[in-house]
Amino acid sequence: MHLYIDSPNFTPIASLVGGMLIGLAASVLVIYRGKIAGISGIVAGLMETENIQQGHHLWRTLFLIGLIGSSFIYQFFAPLPEINISASKGTLILAGLLVGFGTRMGSGCTSGHGICGLSRLSPRSLIATVSFMFSGFIVCYLFLHAI
Amino acid sequence: MKNIITLLAGLIFGLGLIISGMTNPAKVIGFLDIEGQWDPSLAYVMIGAISIAFLGFRFVKNKSKTIFDDPIHLPGTTHVPKELIIGSVLFGAGWALAGFCPGPALVALGAGYKEAFIFVMAMIVGMYIHDHLIEVYKKR
Repeated sequence: MHLYIDSPNFTPIASLVGGMLIGLAASVLVIYRGKIAGISGIVAGLMETENIQQGHHLWRTLFLIGLIGSSFIYQFFAPLPEINISASKGTLILAGLLVGFGTRMGSGCTSGHGICGLSRLSPRSLIATVSFMFSGFIVCYLFLHAI
Repeated sequence: MKNIITLLAGLIFGLGLIISGMTNPAKVIGFLDIEGQWDPSLAYVMIGAISIAFLGFRFVKNKSKTIFDDPIHLPGTTHVPKELIIGSVLFGAGWALAGFCPGPALVALGAGYKEAFIFVMAMIVGMYIHDHLIEVYKKR
């Protein structure tokens, strides 16, 4: 294994600034709405109808409208960066099923565990983040280089 | 007002994903693929996001209500069931296969990519299978 940095594609400043905006959004949501910005939980919560609190669907819908509409707003300021998807239709379906099922079974994804959970210094989220990162590295290696 | 702020939080989250490069599956896979040329950008996304969110969560740590009088819900569970690890491993596998996790897939869906639509539909089915078929079956 030869690990070396892919300098043409490495974008430390943009990634750091974008990350800070993600952290800002998570902070705004918890400070002004009292909710955790975990995208998988927000989406899955839309399908719940039993034992829910008032406004359960409203805040989720509003947050997701903002999220889904972000590319539209971005285009007023700059051309949208490249979105390069190489997975086949079958791979997309398998990946989507795994992501949907796995995030519900594991109670969170990159945002809920990886950002909010780690920011709260949650040991549970650290275990979850290490698990999905490790799995991501292994499966990526197997999928691209071994199979 | 709080509804506008919630909408803006979603918008800022999405803009952050776009600017950071997370919405490009090729870039995500460039991070997960440590063989050959490795792109560490995603680690910078995490550092940026956690540094700010750490302050945000610190601010609400001892508060039980927002200024709009809504309860602040922070997960209090400390138990680590095997589902937490198995579920996360399954999620990581799907993330590596497509290069999408839930947030960026929704942004790419909003940008009109049909591949993102396929992924998101499958993701919702996966969530439904877990929450409404298996969990309901277990309760019987």
